[in-house]
Amino acid sequence: MAEPLQIQVNGESRDCPSGATVGDLLRDLDLKTERVAVELNLEILDRQEFDRRGLKAGDRVEILSFIGGGGPDDGWIRRVPTHAQ
Amino acid sequence: MHNDRLVIAGREFKSRLWVGTGKYKDFAETKKAIEVSGADVVTVAVRRVNITDRSKENLLDFIDPKKYTILPNTAGCYTVEDAVRYARLARAAGVSDLVKLEVLGDEKTLFPDTGGLIEAAKILIKEGFIVLPYTNDDPIVAKKLVDIGCPAVMPLAAPIGSGLGIRNPYNLKIIMETVKVPIVVDAGVGTASDAALAMEYGADAVLMNTAIAGAQDPIAMAEAMKYAVHAGRLAYKAGRIPRKLYATASSPIEGML
Repeated sequence: MAEPLQIQVNGESRDCPSGATVGDLLRDLDLKTERVAVELNLEILDRQEFDRRGLKAGDRVEILSFIGGGGPDDGWIRRVPTHAQ
Repeated sequence: MHNDRLVIAGREFKSRLWVGTGKYKDFAETKKAIEVSGADVVTVAVRRVNITDRSKENLLDFIDPKKYTILPNTAGCYTVEDAVRYARLARAAGVSDLVKLEVLGDEKTLFPDTGGLIEAAKILIKEGFIVLPYTNDDPIVAKKLVDIGCPAVMPLAAPIGSGLGIRNPYNLKIIMETVKVPIVVDAGVGTASDAALAMEYGADAVLMNTAIAGAQDPIAMAEAMKYAVHAGRLAYKAGRIPRKLYATASSPIEGML
């Protein structure tokens, strides 16, 4: 059994099994693929890519979806830090 | 008024009231307010999924994308790069090329950075996006946005969430005369009369969030806004009487004793 990989998902460290794909990660998180956008190391993936893209140690994954919003800043929303790291 | 449909980039919309989905107490209230408002375009933001609390409900469980046009925004973006990134993420998360483009200039006013807006719009239009830009009430900027390919412009009435109503009706009127695409008055509406006024001036639609979600009774305000936008549109189409300084009797003098 290979060592688990450590990756960053939405800014938090997470272990995933070696050989896991983006699709595996989404299933593990119980997320519906048709409702999320995934950015892997700043590259936005097509949905068809989810099961093809393998994860490697140190990968940075951002998973986003639609939330309530109207104006530019609704006060309570969590900002995605884009240039923070 | 049966065929008074709003058409933007080949898409036909039933409602001239567009609503945001932020600031509601919960998704049930969001859903009810939107239903009562009659809006068929709803704006949403794109944010990180909460991966630690997976029990959290999803907005799209309440707002059916088959029933409504989902208009993702680039809310919270202060740079061209961020706005473009969020627009691309919105397209990846969603079902269409529509985006309400916001590039903000400052946190206090949330006024658009119109230079950045034009730059971001150019990039996104080249990538096939249908860009609906949230812009200032500046006719020159509105014209530039149309010239680069925006199929509608969304000038603000007043700062987002301020409820001040239309601060500069004359600029809005100039925008309506200057550009030949639909004008969606976006942001700053406080109450029903503000929305009616925007429509009476000739706006093609009004987009609001806080005016409904922040009202004491959001559901009742959603209904008020529905009628206000409809009444304002009817009045605009009907053509108001000119303003005169003195009275004109409505009842005939003839036949009086």
